[in-house]
Amino acid sequence: MKRVLIPVITVVAALMAFWYAACVPMNIKFALMTAERQGEVVSPEGMMTRRDMSAIVLAVKNPAQWDDTWVQDKPRLPAPHQVVSELWKSTMQVSPTSKRSLVFHGWITLSATLLGFVIGAGLGIVLAVGIVHSRAMDMSVMPWAIASQTIPILAIAPMIIVVLNSVGLQGLVPKAVISAYLSFFPVVVGMVKGLRSPSPMDLDLVKTWRATKAQSFWKLRLPASAPYLFASLKIGVASSLVGTIVGELPSGTGQGLGFRLLSGSYYGQTVQIWSALFATAILAACLVALIGAAERSVLKRMGLG
Amino acid sequence: MTQIPVIEAKHLDLTFQTNDGPVQALKDVNLQISKGDFVSFIGPSGCGKTTFLRCIAALEEPTGGSLTVNGLSPEEARKARAYGYVFQAAGLYPWRTIAGNIRLPLEIMGYSRAEQAEKVDKVLELVDLAGFGRKFPWQLSGGMQQRASIARALAFDADILLMDEPFGALDEIVRDHLNEELLKLWARTEKTIGFVTHSIPEAVYLSTKIVVMSPRPGRITDVIESPLPKERPLDIRDSPEFLEIAHRVREGLRAGHAYD
Repeated sequence: MKRVLIPVITVVAALMAFWYAACVPMNIKFALMTAERQGEVVSPEGMMTRRDMSAIVLAVKNPAQWDDTWVQDKPRLPAPHQVVSELWKSTMQVSPTSKRSLVFHGWITLSATLLGFVIGAGLGIVLAVGIVHSRAMDMSVMPWAIASQTIPILAIAPMIIVVLNSVGLQGLVPKAVISAYLSFFPVVVGMVKGLRSPSPMDLDLVKTWRATKAQSFWKLRLPASAPYLFASLKIGVASSLVGTIVGELPSGTGQGLGFRLLSGSYYGQTVQIWSALFATAILAACLVALIGAAERSVLKRMGLG
Repeated sequence: MTQIPVIEAKHLDLTFQTNDGPVQALKDVNLQISKGDFVSFIGPSGCGKTTFLRCIAALEEPTGGSLTVNGLSPEEARKARAYGYVFQAAGLYPWRTIAGNIRLPLEIMGYSRAEQAEKVDKVLELVDLAGFGRKFPWQLSGGMQQRASIARALAFDADILLMDEPFGALDEIVRDHLNEELLKLWARTEKTIGFVTHSIPEAVYLSTKIVVMSPRPGRITDVIESPLPKERPLDIRDSPEFLEIAHRVREGLRAGHAYD
């Protein structure tokens, strides 16, 4: 335990130190301006003089103002403790049904992500089964699946929202569709690889037993694909979350972590942006960890763990 | 007493079409295998011994001549589940226990649960793996895994056992032991066995009939009926008869091999 703990703590501490250090030049100009207005002596004097100077030079020249770079209301780069305290405030200190609660926005995002992931993973598995069993599908579906991922999601997301809105679908479903659009691809690729993982010898063997296609699918191909499937599900669920966030940017419903990111940037609420970002990252980590736990349990039960 | 041959090949040809042009894997192969024979196929790489075995199993299709298995075409024989096939690698499913692996062909063939359990127990006993049914393949040694794969091939009571270098990946000591076990098993089950090997002592020790093959094109150069008794202790390998057959096999291999 100690062997793991010390390196982990060292890495985290180094990242924190770098973050705090980065705050100084990022926020120094605003700190100097405020200090000068309050009559303190800063070097050099005059906002216009400082305007074009390097932030690092300013930071070096004014060590007395460093403290002020970590406590601003609207910093360019908020300090870690500001983000943590905002996260705490917006999750623990407001009602989870309030629009100011990250739990509320997180749940909106999570529900669309889960729906999108289920659709995407299901579609991915079905397509993979088709691709492996039909040469026509292999040649016709795979190129489209690959092409679909080369289109920037930011370009296609608003169109999906608009199109679905015109047929009366809004809120959860359009976001889930975008989320599914991103998550089906890794599942298709991984699952195709998994279903094709049995060796020619394995396939010859079931042939000598006169197994039907269905039997060799259920008894050989499907179990052999399990490790591949879980690896792609992990990538898929993370993509799902990204898809939902992107879908929330233009949706204008005023809900979800994506909206929180967008509104933060409208009003220059950098602390809000960063806390929404971290909430997203934590959510993604939890989802991936959940799939990892399912993976361990299933593979262990299969004797593959 | 005339016996109906279990496997009969007449003027069998097989030509593979490859990117470098046609390759003649088998040319004019004639062979009769009777019920209860233990037939070894021996020869250098590319002599077609595995290809011939795969033809019997209907995993390859000959391009000329005729081949019958139990009087049927190989394809019909495969569909009638006439043979069990053992590959060089054990090929056990890692997600199934040993018993689960042996049960697999039985599940596919639609045996009832009770029959499955009974047959699995029987063949586990036969290959001396009783008590290992609940282990997973990775918990067993290479030799034990190969025994499990033989048990799997025996589980559904096919009369013919086709083995493609089943002990090729094992060390000499394990191999000797398994050869001895295989002979006992053959004596008890009275199966007809086709056995592909690289090893002269293995072929001579096991077989009632040794088929010597040579490459380019793959063909039979000699068929040796072994005069050794059915009962064969391991030290029979030092007897003059044994050495004489081994010598003849070696001569056959040398004659068929063009050192060009």
